[in-house]
Amino acid sequence: MGAGLDFGWLSEAGYVLAHGVATTILLIAVTTLLGGALSVVAAAARRGTVAWLRGLVAGYVELIRNTPFIVQLFFIFFGLPGIGLRLDAIPAAILAMTINLSAYGTEIVRSGLDAVTAGQREAGLALGLRARTVFLRIVLPQAVRAVYPALTSQIVITMLESAVVSQIAVRDLTYEADLIQSRTFRAFETYAVVTVIYLALSLLLRRVLVAGGRRVLGQGAG
Amino acid sequence: MEFTLWDILRNLLLAARWTIVLSLAGFLFGGIAGGGLLVLRLARRKPLRVVARLYIELFQGTPLLMQLFLVFFGLPLIGIDVQPWLAAGLGLTLAASAYLAEIWRGCVDAVPRGQWEASASLAFGYLQQMRFVVIPQALRLAIAPTIGFSVQIIKGTALTSIIGFMEVSKVGTVIDNATFRPFTVYAMVAAIYFILCWPLSRLAKYLESQFHAAHSH
Repeated sequence: MGAGLDFGWLSEAGYVLAHGVATTILLIAVTTLLGGALSVVAAAARRGTVAWLRGLVAGYVELIRNTPFIVQLFFIFFGLPGIGLRLDAIPAAILAMTINLSAYGTEIVRSGLDAVTAGQREAGLALGLRARTVFLRIVLPQAVRAVYPALTSQIVITMLESAVVSQIAVRDLTYEADLIQSRTFRAFETYAVVTVIYLALSLLLRRVLVAGGRRVLGQGAG
Repeated sequence: MEFTLWDILRNLLLAARWTIVLSLAGFLFGGIAGGGLLVLRLARRKPLRVVARLYIELFQGTPLLMQLFLVFFGLPLIGIDVQPWLAAGLGLTLAASAYLAEIWRGCVDAVPRGQWEASASLAFGYLQQMRFVVIPQALRLAIAPTIGFSVQIIKGTALTSIIGFMEVSKVGTVIDNATFRPFTVYAMVAAIYFILCWPLSRLAKYLESQFHAAHSH
Protein backbone atom coordinates (compact mmCIF):
# COMPACT_ATOMS: atom_id res chain seq x y z
CA MET A 1 0.00 0.00 0.00
CA GLY A 2 1.92 2.99 -1.30
CA ALA A 3 -0.51 5.84 -0.96
CA GLY A 4 -1.29 5.82 2.76
CA LEU A 5 -3.77 8.11 4.37
CA ASP A 6 -3.73 11.86 3.80
CA PHE A 7 -5.52 14.36 6.00
CA GLY A 8 -3.82 17.46 4.56
CA TRP A 9 -7.08 18.59 2.96
CA LEU A 10 -8.62 19.08 6.40
CA SER A 11 -7.06 22.51 6.99
CA GLU A 12 -9.01 23.97 4.07
CA ALA A 13 -12.18 21.98 4.66
CA GLY A 14 -12.97 23.33 8.12
CA TYR A 15 -15.35 26.05 7.00
CA VAL A 16 -17.22 23.81 4.60
CA LEU A 17 -17.63 21.08 7.22
CA ALA A 18 -18.81 23.63 9.77
CA HIS A 19 -21.45 24.78 7.30
CA GLY A 20 -22.58 21.19 6.83
CA VAL A 21 -22.74 20.64 10.58
CA ALA A 22 -24.84 23.81 10.98
CA THR A 23 -27.31 22.59 8.34
CA THR A 24 -27.59 19.15 9.95
CA ILE A 25 -28.19 20.77 13.36
CA LEU A 26 -30.80 23.12 11.88
CA LEU A 27 -32.63 20.19 10.26
CA ILE A 28 -32.79 18.12 13.44
CA ALA A 29 -33.70 21.12 15.62
CA VAL A 30 -36.69 22.06 13.45
CA THR A 31 -37.67 18.41 13.05
CA THR A 32 -37.55 17.81 16.81
CA LEU A 33 -39.94 20.70 17.50
CA LEU A 34 -42.37 19.92 14.68
CA GLY A 35 -42.11 16.17 15.15
CA GLY A 36 -42.58 16.40 18.91
CA ALA A 37 -45.75 18.46 18.49
CA LEU A 38 -47.13 16.19 15.75
CA SER A 39 -46.36 13.09 17.83
CA VAL A 40 -48.43 14.42 20.74
CA VAL A 41 -51.35 15.41 18.51
CA ALA A 42 -51.31 12.10 16.66
CA ALA A 43 -50.97 10.08 19.87
CA ALA A 44 -53.94 11.92 21.35
CA ALA A 45 -55.93 11.24 18.19
CA ARG A 46 -54.89 7.59 18.26
CA ARG A 47 -56.46 7.24 21.71
CA GLY A 48 -59.35 9.59 20.98
CA THR A 49 -63.02 8.96 20.38
CA VAL A 50 -63.14 9.65 16.63
CA ALA A 51 -62.92 6.26 14.92
CA TRP A 52 -61.81 7.38 11.46
CA LEU A 53 -59.09 9.56 13.00
CA ARG A 54 -57.81 6.61 15.03
CA GLY A 55 -57.68 4.53 11.85
CA LEU A 56 -55.94 7.29 9.93
CA VAL A 57 -53.20 7.67 12.55
CA ALA A 58 -52.75 3.89 12.83
CA GLY A 59 -52.37 3.65 9.04
CA TYR A 60 -49.89 6.52 8.97
CA VAL A 61 -47.75 4.95 11.70
CA GLU A 62 -47.67 1.54 10.02
CA LEU A 63 -46.97 2.98 6.56
CA ILE A 64 -44.03 5.10 7.69
CA ARG A 65 -42.50 2.55 10.03
CA ASN A 66 -42.50 -0.13 7.35
CA THR A 67 -40.90 1.84 4.51
CA PRO A 68 -37.35 3.24 4.27
CA PHE A 69 -36.73 6.91 5.02
CA ILE A 70 -34.95 7.43 1.69
CA VAL A 71 -38.03 6.24 -0.21
CA GLN A 72 -40.24 8.58 1.82
CA LEU A 73 -37.83 11.42 1.04
CA PHE A 74 -37.75 10.64 -2.68
CA PHE A 75 -41.52 10.30 -2.78
CA ILE A 76 -41.92 13.76 -1.25
CA PHE A 77 -39.19 15.46 -3.26
CA PHE A 78 -39.47 13.70 -6.64
CA GLY A 79 -42.92 12.12 -6.49
CA LEU A 80 -45.16 14.90 -5.17
CA PRO A 81 -44.26 17.35 -7.99
CA GLY A 82 -45.87 14.74 -10.27
CA ILE A 83 -49.23 15.74 -8.76
CA GLY A 84 -48.37 19.44 -8.70
CA LEU A 85 -46.87 19.74 -5.21
CA ARG A 86 -43.36 21.09 -5.56
CA LEU A 87 -41.15 21.64 -2.51
CA ASP A 88 -37.62 23.02 -2.24
CA ALA A 89 -34.98 20.65 -0.96
CA ILE A 90 -34.79 21.91 2.63
CA PRO A 91 -38.57 22.05 3.25
CA ALA A 92 -38.86 18.62 1.63
CA ALA A 93 -36.14 17.26 3.92
CA ILE A 94 -37.76 18.76 7.02
CA LEU A 95 -41.17 17.43 5.98
CA ALA A 96 -39.80 13.93 5.38
CA MET A 97 -37.85 13.93 8.65
CA THR A 98 -40.84 15.23 10.61
CA ILE A 99 -43.21 12.66 9.13
CA ASN A 100 -40.68 9.92 9.86
CA LEU A 101 -39.88 10.99 13.43
CA SER A 102 -43.57 11.50 14.26
CA ALA A 103 -44.55 7.99 13.20
CA TYR A 104 -42.19 6.56 15.82
CA GLY A 105 -42.91 9.42 18.23
CA THR A 106 -46.65 8.78 18.06
CA GLU A 107 -46.20 5.21 19.24
CA ILE A 108 -43.78 6.27 21.97
CA VAL A 109 -46.04 9.05 23.30
CA ARG A 110 -49.05 6.76 23.06
CA SER A 111 -47.40 4.16 25.29
CA GLY A 112 -46.55 6.99 27.68
CA LEU A 113 -50.19 8.11 27.76
CA ASP A 114 -51.24 4.51 28.39
CA ALA A 115 -48.89 4.42 31.38
CA VAL A 116 -50.58 7.34 33.15
CA THR A 117 -53.25 5.92 35.45
CA ALA A 118 -56.87 6.86 34.77
CA GLY A 119 -57.15 8.27 38.30
CA GLN A 120 -54.97 11.21 37.34
CA ARG A 121 -57.41 12.27 34.66
CA GLU A 122 -60.46 11.60 36.79
CA ALA A 123 -59.03 13.57 39.69
CA GLY A 124 -58.34 16.52 37.40
CA LEU A 125 -61.86 16.44 35.98
CA ALA A 126 -63.33 16.07 39.48
CA LEU A 127 -61.56 19.29 40.44
CA GLY A 128 -63.50 21.04 37.71
CA LEU A 129 -60.61 21.47 35.28
CA ARG A 130 -61.43 21.43 31.60
CA ALA A 131 -60.58 18.27 29.65
CA ARG A 132 -57.96 20.12 27.60
CA THR A 133 -56.27 21.48 30.73
CA VAL A 134 -56.26 18.04 32.31
CA PHE A 135 -54.59 16.58 29.21
CA LEU A 136 -52.00 19.32 28.73
CA ARG A 137 -51.16 20.04 32.37
CA ILE A 138 -51.62 16.72 34.14
CA VAL A 139 -51.59 13.70 31.83
CA LEU A 140 -49.20 14.77 29.07
CA PRO A 141 -46.25 15.86 31.28
CA GLN A 142 -46.34 12.56 33.15
CA ALA A 143 -46.62 10.61 29.91
CA VAL A 144 -43.70 12.42 28.26
CA ARG A 145 -41.56 12.04 31.38
CA ALA A 146 -42.17 8.29 31.35
CA VAL A 147 -41.07 7.82 27.74
CA TYR A 148 -38.54 10.63 27.43
CA PRO A 149 -35.48 8.35 27.05
CA ALA A 150 -37.15 6.55 24.14
CA LEU A 151 -38.02 9.88 22.50
CA THR A 152 -34.41 11.01 22.91
CA SER A 153 -33.11 7.88 21.20
CA GLN A 154 -35.55 8.29 18.35
CA ILE A 155 -34.49 11.89 17.78
CA VAL A 156 -30.83 10.80 17.63
CA ILE A 157 -31.75 8.08 15.14
CA THR A 158 -33.56 10.66 13.00
CA MET A 159 -30.48 12.90 13.06
CA LEU A 160 -28.33 9.99 11.85
CA GLU A 161 -30.87 9.09 9.16
CA SER A 162 -30.80 12.69 7.96
CA ALA A 163 -27.47 11.94 6.23
CA VAL A 164 -29.68 10.73 3.38
CA VAL A 165 -31.05 14.21 2.62
CA SER A 166 -27.72 14.89 0.88
CA GLN A 167 -29.24 12.82 -1.94
CA ILE A 168 -31.74 15.59 -2.73
CA ALA A 169 -28.91 18.18 -2.62
CA VAL A 170 -29.59 19.58 0.85
CA ARG A 171 -26.17 20.90 1.85
CA ASP A 172 -25.90 18.96 5.09
CA LEU A 173 -22.77 17.39 6.54
CA THR A 174 -22.86 14.40 4.18
CA TYR A 175 -23.40 16.59 1.13
CA GLU A 176 -20.34 18.69 2.01
CA ALA A 177 -18.35 15.49 2.50
CA ASP A 178 -19.42 14.33 -0.97
CA LEU A 179 -18.16 17.60 -2.44
CA ILE A 180 -14.86 17.50 -0.55
CA GLN A 181 -14.07 13.95 -1.58
CA SER A 182 -14.90 14.68 -5.20
CA ARG A 183 -12.29 17.46 -5.16
CA THR A 184 -9.59 15.81 -3.03
CA PHE A 185 -10.08 12.18 -4.17
CA ARG A 186 -9.63 11.31 -0.50
CA ALA A 187 -12.98 9.61 -0.07
CA PHE A 188 -12.10 7.29 2.81
CA GLU A 189 -10.40 9.95 4.90
CA THR A 190 -13.22 12.42 4.27
CA TYR A 191 -15.96 10.02 5.31
CA ALA A 192 -13.89 8.84 8.28
CA VAL A 193 -13.64 12.42 9.57
CA VAL A 194 -17.33 13.04 8.91
CA THR A 195 -18.28 9.79 10.63
CA VAL A 196 -16.43 10.96 13.74
CA ILE A 197 -18.27 14.29 13.52
CA TYR A 198 -21.60 12.44 13.35
CA LEU A 199 -20.60 10.39 16.39
CA ALA A 200 -19.78 13.59 18.30
CA LEU A 201 -23.06 15.14 17.15
CA SER A 202 -25.08 12.17 18.34
CA LEU A 203 -23.39 12.24 21.77
CA LEU A 204 -23.88 16.00 21.98
CA LEU A 205 -27.51 15.85 20.85
CA ARG A 206 -28.27 13.22 23.48
CA ARG A 207 -26.73 15.40 26.20
CA VAL A 208 -28.61 18.48 25.08
CA LEU A 209 -31.89 16.57 25.01
CA VAL A 210 -31.31 15.05 28.45
CA ALA A 211 -30.41 18.46 29.91
CA GLY A 212 -33.38 20.09 28.19
CA GLY A 213 -35.68 17.33 29.41
CA ARG A 214 -34.51 17.82 33.00
CA ARG A 215 -35.24 21.52 32.72
CA VAL A 216 -38.70 21.22 31.25
CA LEU A 217 -39.91 17.99 32.85
CA GLY A 218 -38.04 18.15 36.14
CA GLN A 219 -35.56 15.71 37.61
CA GLY A 220 -35.92 12.10 36.70
CA ALA A 221 -36.49 12.69 32.97
CA GLY A 222 -33.86 11.37 30.61
CA MET B 1 -40.17 2.76 -25.92
CA GLU B 2 -43.28 3.10 -23.82
CA PHE B 3 -43.33 1.76 -20.26
CA THR B 4 -46.65 0.40 -19.11
CA LEU B 5 -47.53 0.18 -15.43
CA TRP B 6 -46.90 -3.53 -15.64
CA ASP B 7 -43.42 -2.92 -17.09
CA ILE B 8 -42.58 -0.65 -14.19
CA LEU B 9 -43.92 -3.06 -11.59
CA ARG B 10 -42.26 -6.07 -13.23
CA ASN B 11 -38.84 -4.44 -13.19
CA LEU B 12 -39.27 -3.31 -9.60
CA LEU B 13 -40.29 -6.80 -8.53
CA LEU B 14 -37.25 -8.27 -10.27
CA ALA B 15 -35.07 -5.80 -8.38
CA ALA B 16 -36.87 -6.65 -5.14
CA ARG B 17 -35.21 -10.07 -5.37
CA TRP B 18 -31.90 -8.35 -4.65
CA THR B 19 -33.39 -6.43 -1.77
CA ILE B 20 -34.51 -9.75 -0.30
CA VAL B 21 -31.18 -11.50 -0.94
CA LEU B 22 -29.23 -8.62 0.59
CA SER B 23 -31.58 -8.49 3.60
CA LEU B 24 -31.21 -12.22 4.20
CA ALA B 25 -27.42 -12.01 3.87
CA GLY B 26 -27.23 -9.02 6.22
CA PHE B 27 -29.48 -10.76 8.72
CA LEU B 28 -27.66 -14.10 8.55
CA PHE B 29 -24.07 -12.84 8.61
CA GLY B 30 -24.99 -10.00 10.94
CA GLY B 31 -26.50 -12.56 13.26
CA ILE B 32 -23.38 -14.71 13.23
CA ALA B 33 -21.08 -11.74 13.81
CA GLY B 34 -23.53 -10.38 16.38
CA GLY B 35 -23.34 -13.67 18.26
CA GLY B 36 -19.56 -13.39 18.37
CA LEU B 37 -19.85 -9.82 19.52
CA LEU B 38 -22.30 -10.87 22.23
CA VAL B 39 -19.74 -13.36 23.55
CA LEU B 40 -17.20 -10.54 23.80
CA ARG B 41 -19.79 -8.21 25.35
CA LEU B 42 -20.50 -10.76 28.09
CA ALA B 43 -16.89 -11.85 28.56
CA ARG B 44 -15.36 -11.84 32.02
CA ARG B 45 -12.31 -9.92 30.92
CA LYS B 46 -12.93 -6.21 30.91
CA PRO B 47 -10.87 -5.30 27.80
CA LEU B 48 -12.99 -7.65 25.68
CA ARG B 49 -16.18 -6.11 27.02
CA VAL B 50 -14.88 -2.61 26.35
CA VAL B 51 -13.92 -3.42 22.76
CA ALA B 52 -17.37 -4.86 22.09
CA ARG B 53 -19.08 -1.89 23.71
CA LEU B 54 -17.07 0.62 21.69
CA TYR B 55 -17.82 -1.25 18.47
CA ILE B 56 -21.53 -1.22 19.26
CA GLU B 57 -21.55 2.45 20.23
CA LEU B 58 -19.62 3.39 17.11
CA PHE B 59 -22.12 1.70 14.83
CA GLN B 60 -25.17 2.88 16.74
CA GLY B 61 -23.88 6.45 16.93
CA THR B 62 -23.06 7.01 13.25
CA PRO B 63 -25.20 6.98 10.08
CA LEU B 64 -25.52 3.70 8.20
CA LEU B 65 -24.78 5.67 5.05
CA MET B 66 -21.34 6.66 6.40
CA GLN B 67 -20.64 3.06 7.36
CA LEU B 68 -21.44 1.96 3.81
CA PHE B 69 -19.21 4.71 2.38
CA LEU B 70 -16.33 3.73 4.66
CA VAL B 71 -16.54 0.10 3.56
CA PHE B 72 -17.00 1.06 -0.09
CA PHE B 73 -14.02 3.45 -0.16
CA GLY B 74 -11.98 1.71 2.54
CA LEU B 75 -11.68 -1.77 1.06
CA PRO B 76 -9.82 -0.57 -2.05
CA LEU B 77 -7.24 1.04 0.28
CA ILE B 78 -6.30 -2.39 1.57
CA GLY B 79 -6.17 -3.75 -1.97
CA ILE B 80 -9.60 -5.33 -2.28
CA ASP B 81 -11.39 -4.61 -5.53
CA VAL B 82 -14.81 -3.73 -4.26
CA GLN B 83 -18.09 -4.38 -6.03
CA PRO B 84 -21.24 -2.63 -4.79
CA TRP B 85 -22.79 -5.94 -3.69
CA LEU B 86 -19.76 -6.75 -1.55
CA ALA B 87 -19.65 -3.33 0.10
CA ALA B 88 -23.41 -3.44 0.62
CA GLY B 89 -23.33 -6.90 2.18
CA LEU B 90 -20.33 -6.21 4.38
CA GLY B 91 -21.60 -2.80 5.50
CA LEU B 92 -25.01 -4.17 6.46
CA THR B 93 -23.43 -7.16 8.20
CA LEU B 94 -21.21 -4.94 10.35
CA ALA B 95 -24.09 -2.64 11.26
CA ALA B 96 -26.57 -5.45 11.91
CA SER B 97 -24.08 -7.28 14.14
CA ALA B 98 -23.78 -4.24 16.42
CA TYR B 99 -27.54 -3.83 16.80
CA LEU B 100 -28.26 -7.55 17.20
CA ALA B 101 -25.51 -7.97 19.82
CA GLU B 102 -27.02 -5.10 21.81
CA ILE B 103 -30.56 -6.47 21.50
CA TRP B 104 -29.41 -9.90 22.62
CA ARG B 105 -27.37 -8.50 25.49
CA GLY B 106 -30.55 -6.85 26.72
CA CYS B 107 -32.25 -10.26 26.61
CA VAL B 108 -29.42 -11.89 28.59
CA ASP B 109 -29.63 -9.07 31.14
CA ALA B 110 -33.37 -9.62 31.41
CA VAL B 111 -32.86 -13.15 32.73
CA PRO B 112 -33.40 -12.71 36.49
CA ARG B 113 -30.35 -12.58 38.75
CA GLY B 114 -31.71 -15.46 40.77
CA GLN B 115 -31.23 -17.80 37.81
CA TRP B 116 -27.51 -17.06 37.86
CA GLU B 117 -27.30 -17.46 41.61
CA ALA B 118 -29.31 -20.66 41.69
CA SER B 119 -27.20 -22.26 38.98
CA ALA B 120 -24.00 -21.06 40.68
CA SER B 121 -25.16 -22.66 43.91
CA LEU B 122 -25.59 -25.89 41.95
CA ALA B 123 -21.88 -25.62 41.10
CA PHE B 124 -22.43 -24.75 37.43
CA GLY B 125 -19.41 -23.12 35.78
CA TYR B 126 -19.84 -19.93 33.73
CA LEU B 127 -20.15 -21.78 30.44
CA GLN B 128 -22.61 -24.25 31.91
CA GLN B 129 -24.69 -21.42 33.36
CA MET B 130 -24.79 -19.83 29.94
CA ARG B 131 -25.47 -23.02 28.04
CA PHE B 132 -28.11 -24.62 30.25
CA VAL B 133 -29.73 -21.79 32.19
CA VAL B 134 -29.30 -18.30 30.76
CA ILE B 135 -29.17 -18.72 26.98
CA PRO B 136 -32.32 -20.89 26.72
CA GLN B 137 -34.31 -18.27 28.60
CA ALA B 138 -32.72 -15.35 26.78
CA LEU B 139 -33.44 -16.97 23.40
CA ARG B 140 -37.16 -16.92 24.07
CA LEU B 141 -36.98 -13.27 25.03
CA ALA B 142 -34.94 -12.51 21.92
CA ILE B 143 -37.28 -13.84 19.24
CA ALA B 144 -39.69 -10.89 19.02
CA PRO B 145 -37.10 -8.05 19.03
CA THR B 146 -34.88 -9.96 16.59
CA ILE B 147 -37.73 -10.30 14.10
CA GLY B 148 -38.53 -6.63 14.72
CA PHE B 149 -34.96 -5.72 13.86
CA SER B 150 -35.15 -7.61 10.56
CA VAL B 151 -37.49 -4.82 9.43
CA GLN B 152 -34.68 -2.33 10.09
CA ILE B 153 -32.33 -4.43 7.95
CA ILE B 154 -34.76 -4.51 5.03
CA LYS B 155 -35.18 -0.73 5.24
CA GLY B 156 -31.41 -0.35 5.60
CA THR B 157 -30.84 -2.09 2.26
CA ALA B 158 -32.43 0.94 0.58
CA LEU B 159 -29.30 2.95 1.42
CA THR B 160 -27.11 0.58 -0.59
CA SER B 161 -28.67 2.14 -3.69
CA ILE B 162 -26.44 5.15 -3.00
CA ILE B 163 -23.26 3.08 -3.45
CA GLY B 164 -24.72 1.66 -6.63
CA PHE B 165 -26.19 -1.66 -5.59
CA MET B 166 -29.08 -2.46 -7.92
CA GLU B 167 -31.85 -3.17 -5.43
CA VAL B 168 -35.40 -1.92 -5.61
CA SER B 169 -34.74 1.74 -4.67
CA LYS B 170 -31.93 2.09 -7.19
CA VAL B 171 -33.97 0.48 -9.96
CA GLY B 172 -36.84 2.79 -8.97
CA THR B 173 -34.59 5.81 -9.58
CA VAL B 174 -33.45 4.40 -12.92
CA ILE B 175 -37.03 3.75 -14.03
CA ASP B 176 -38.08 7.21 -12.87
CA ASN B 177 -35.33 8.72 -15.02
CA ALA B 178 -36.56 6.73 -18.01
CA THR B 179 -40.31 7.22 -17.58
CA PHE B 180 -40.64 10.59 -15.76
CA ARG B 181 -43.39 9.13 -13.60
CA PRO B 182 -41.86 9.65 -10.16
CA PHE B 183 -45.15 9.63 -8.26
CA THR B 184 -46.14 6.20 -9.54
CA VAL B 185 -42.65 4.73 -9.36
CA TYR B 186 -41.84 5.79 -5.80
CA ALA B 187 -45.32 4.85 -4.60
CA MET B 188 -44.74 1.37 -6.00
CA VAL B 189 -41.27 1.18 -4.45
CA ALA B 190 -42.75 2.15 -1.08
CA ALA B 191 -45.50 -0.45 -1.52
CA ILE B 192 -42.93 -3.18 -2.14
CA TYR B 193 -41.04 -2.33 1.03
CA PHE B 194 -44.30 -2.19 2.94
CA ILE B 195 -45.30 -5.64 1.72
CA LEU B 196 -41.92 -7.00 2.80
CA CYS B 197 -41.78 -5.26 6.19
CA TRP B 198 -45.34 -5.12 7.47
CA PRO B 199 -45.87 -8.86 8.03
CA LEU B 200 -42.60 -9.00 9.97
CA SER B 201 -43.63 -6.02 12.10
CA ARG B 202 -46.97 -7.65 12.83
CA LEU B 203 -45.31 -10.95 13.67
CA ALA B 204 -42.89 -9.26 16.06
CA LYS B 205 -45.75 -7.43 17.76
CA TYR B 206 -47.83 -10.61 17.99
CA LEU B 207 -44.97 -12.62 19.52
CA GLU B 208 -44.29 -9.84 21.98
CA SER B 209 -47.93 -9.75 23.11
CA GLN B 210 -47.97 -13.56 23.40
CA PHE B 211 -44.88 -13.43 25.54
CA HIS B 212 -46.31 -10.76 27.81
CA ALA B 213 -49.57 -12.67 28.12
CA ALA B 214 -47.64 -15.76 29.18
CA HIS B 215 -45.84 -13.82 31.91
CA SER B 216 -48.55 -11.52 33.19
CA HIS B 217 -49.77 -13.77 35.97
